[in-house]
Amino acid sequence: MAPTTCTISLTVNGHPHVAEVEPRRLLVDFLREDLGLVGTHIGCEHGVCGTCTVLLNGASIRSCITFAVQADGAEISTVEGLARGAEMHPLQDEFSEKQGLQCGYCTPGMLMRACEILAENPDPTPAEVRSAIASNLCRCTGYQFITEAVIGAAARMRATKEVAS
Amino acid sequence: MTTANRADAPPVRDHSAKRRWVGQSIRRVEDPKFLLGRGGYIADRITPGTLHAAVLRSPHAHARILRFETAQALAAPGVHAVITGADAAELCDPMPDFGPDPARHTWRCLAAEKVRYVGEGVAVVVADSRYLAEDALELIEVEYEPLPAVVDPERALAEGAPLVHEALESNCAYERTFDFGDVERDFAEADVVVRDRLRWHRSGGQPLETVGAIAEYDPGTGSFTIDTNTLSFTSYLFMAANTLKVPANKLDIRPVPAGGSFGSKLFANKPAVIAAMCSRATGRKVAYIEDRVDNISNCDHHGSDRVYEVELAMMRDGTMRSIKIDVIDDYGAYIQFGVGHHGNALAQVVGPYTIGSVRYQVRAALTNKNQQGAYRGFGSEVNNWMLEQMVELAARELGLDPVAVRRKNFIREFPYFIPTGNVYDSGDYDRVLDKALELADYDHWRAEQKRLREEGRYIGIGLISAQERSVFSATEFWFWFDEPGAPVTSTPESVSLKVDATGGITAILYSCAFWGNSPETMVSQFVAEEFDCSPYDVSVVYHGSRDGLPATGPGGSRTTVMLAGAVEGAAAKIKEKARRAAAHLLEIDPDDMEWSDGGFQVKGDPERKKSLGEIAVMLHLFKHSFPADMESGLDGSKVYDHPYTTMPSADRKDLGVFYPFMGHACHVPVVEVNIETGAVTFLHYAAVHDCGTLVNPRSLAGHIVGGTAQGIGTALYEEYVYDEDGQLLSSSYLDYLIPSAMEVPELTIGHVETPSPYTPHGVKGGGEGGRMMAPAAINAAVNDALFPLGVRLTELPMTPERILSALRAAGRTGGSTG
Repeated sequence: MAPTTCTISLTVNGHPHVAEVEPRRLLVDFLREDLGLVGTHIGCEHGVCGTCTVLLNGASIRSCITFAVQADGAEISTVEGLARGAEMHPLQDEFSEKQGLQCGYCTPGMLMRACEILAENPDPTPAEVRSAIASNLCRCTGYQFITEAVIGAAARMRATKEVAS
Repeated sequence: MTTANRADAPPVRDHSAKRRWVGQSIRRVEDPKFLLGRGGYIADRITPGTLHAAVLRSPHAHARILRFETAQALAAPGVHAVITGADAAELCDPMPDFGPDPARHTWRCLAAEKVRYVGEGVAVVVADSRYLAEDALELIEVEYEPLPAVVDPERALAEGAPLVHEALESNCAYERTFDFGDVERDFAEADVVVRDRLRWHRSGGQPLETVGAIAEYDPGTGSFTIDTNTLSFTSYLFMAANTLKVPANKLDIRPVPAGGSFGSKLFANKPAVIAAMCSRATGRKVAYIEDRVDNISNCDHHGSDRVYEVELAMMRDGTMRSIKIDVIDDYGAYIQFGVGHHGNALAQVVGPYTIGSVRYQVRAALTNKNQQGAYRGFGSEVNNWMLEQMVELAARELGLDPVAVRRKNFIREFPYFIPTGNVYDSGDYDRVLDKALELADYDHWRAEQKRLREEGRYIGIGLISAQERSVFSATEFWFWFDEPGAPVTSTPESVSLKVDATGGITAILYSCAFWGNSPETMVSQFVAEEFDCSPYDVSVVYHGSRDGLPATGPGGSRTTVMLAGAVEGAAAKIKEKARRAAAHLLEIDPDDMEWSDGGFQVKGDPERKKSLGEIAVMLHLFKHSFPADMESGLDGSKVYDHPYTTMPSADRKDLGVFYPFMGHACHVPVVEVNIETGAVTFLHYAAVHDCGTLVNPRSLAGHIVGGTAQGIGTALYEEYVYDEDGQLLSSSYLDYLIPSAMEVPELTIGHVETPSPYTPHGVKGGGEGGRMMAPAAINAAVNDALFPLGVRLTELPMTPERILSALRAAGRTGGSTG
């Protein structure tokens, strides 16, 4: 007996996709296995750790507890969409500069959450960053250098914006 | 009689040469792939057509398996195989086990006749997808006969307790008492004996990525190829081959990056064995990636779980004379690494203090829990906590200042042999303490503590001075036995360096997986130091196990030191050949050549020089330009054995040198304890570490902060809680609480460098330091805060419940019910 499937259409990192998925298929499995976007990782599998964070219409969600069908019609952003070719996003660059990663496993989720934080507040204080990234667990870094990286990226992104305007 | 040989220390090295790359906070060379989402973790490597395995876990803590019914599961959509524990016992031999008497507590990849803890695997389904495999798990019927469970280690050792392994006829897997020095004399001469009972509950590494493996069996060659995120102890993979019933040269285990380990992926071969067994059974490539509950309940890597009864013999002036340690360790249902965790503790059992004698009694209890493995510290962090608790208690009882009592007892002459026989190679504990007091703003916080006490607030300042041993030697696992099965002497690490025809350098690592440490950056910095190239131009390859060189992999803060030695040795071989080649090309005596800025030149004459690239192209492509005995190519390999191991004495009064490169740290957290809620918050946290010569200060700082964050979890939040029936109550991250950015304070970090006299550049290991120190320091801080209330916490983690309960027991309010 073939399982029932649904047709979904969505945009991922700016690319449109139409797909047939089982209603129970998790968004993270759809991204990783069906689209090959393995940069989004699976951590706790019950929505606590934030490793699987992606943006859905600009807002962070946990793709391990979101069904792919719930993303029908949405714009999804993942870590693969951050860099422009060889040029890293300021957040990626600052994570490296400030040692904001060690094993790298929480990093894509942390980067996507940081994107959302800076979209909402381009000039956060360290305390505001800490409070905001408390949504995502990191087992390696102790968060200190992640916080510094987000602050550093915010400054660079503000500077770029000023130059552009 | 003590008969250990203390004469054979390695030669003292000269560290005076200027260093260009070692010591620089460069960006890690590993970073870009991870930042781009191209890390290549195990789950990222599952290719189309690969089958997926899922494991059925026991709901019982202790039960006999009466019957499996698998027909329905086997008939389910997409299912290729269902393998029960009974089947697996036919397909595989028992799991690799370094424990004592493994035949009497047999450990298998799936339970066959009896389950011994909640979460133990009993069957595996292989299907087209993980979804279908998990669907089919629900269709397997297992009939159990529940047995009484034993969960408390002291009750497990008592008469009449249910037996975890009937064949052992006891739940005591191992018992031994060692005496080092004249303990009875020192206690008889002591003015005061300070006593306490301490309890450290189990927590674990809990990396965000679980353990996984992708296995493929090739019936044409009878070989397994397994990609996994757990490679370590390559020299012992013949044991895993035995489990799979293939010759060791038919098993190739290939390392892939791990999303964190913290020790928990050390020799974690069970998922690889399960995947391999399933691959051979189905004739297909099979992936088995633990899910989170698998990893929490069945990873075989829970940390120490100890009950201590300790006596510290003191003089009134604060001199520490001797210590008697009686420890029961709850190993869970199996004991894969023996009591190596206690061997580890014996490397630094007296801390930084001149304690003259030690009695160490250990009993390893088996209970109905997942077994212990490795977690950052490997048992030494627990010893640090125990010892610092005792020092703090002694200072209180004798009315001494906690800083002064430490200074009174510091070891100041190096190398220093502690009573167990291990050596501390170097150190400067006063300098670390001075720097920590300065960074902590200690006097300011003492004044604040007093001021805020008047406002009814409870501020505590913790101060601990403790050790971080680095670069383990295998003797810690076997010196427990009078007639060890394998008195292993070598834990080597190997590196091959290959210089291509353009002068580009590739470094090949053999057991050195990326686990969130920085092996590529370390190797690249060492290679750059040797050859004056950019570390970013070095290419690094992680070699599989089968045709590799002897290697041991990460563990015991050994990687950086061992890689340094291996790179140094391999580079020396390359340079020797390059020197001869350059001399030949310049028609000069090789002895008149010197290495300078990326090539060999005539001594003092930079005009007559051949760069490494010029030499390499000649050696690769123009063989006939050289003497007949010079082969084409330019490469070198070094198998770097442990640089300083000596054998234990036959009577075990002296355990020899087994963990010689001794790091040290002082942590000073300042906390506030809310006596109404039991919550602990940080007001300040200073940490000063001495890991010898720094290779990359920023990456070490990352380990200090990250390790401290884990230590905060151990001290305040994290615990695998088993109830009286052996049910695991904290089997998800909703209950097993990992500190977030709100629970981890900003650390003020300082470094002191006392180079090791025995290692390349003077480097010591530093990967475990934060967690080695933080539990002890935070416990001290909480006790300092609650001292005015007469309350002292002796059990970790110090959850709000435990703090409130201690306050209530002392007759203090501790919440509204008090």
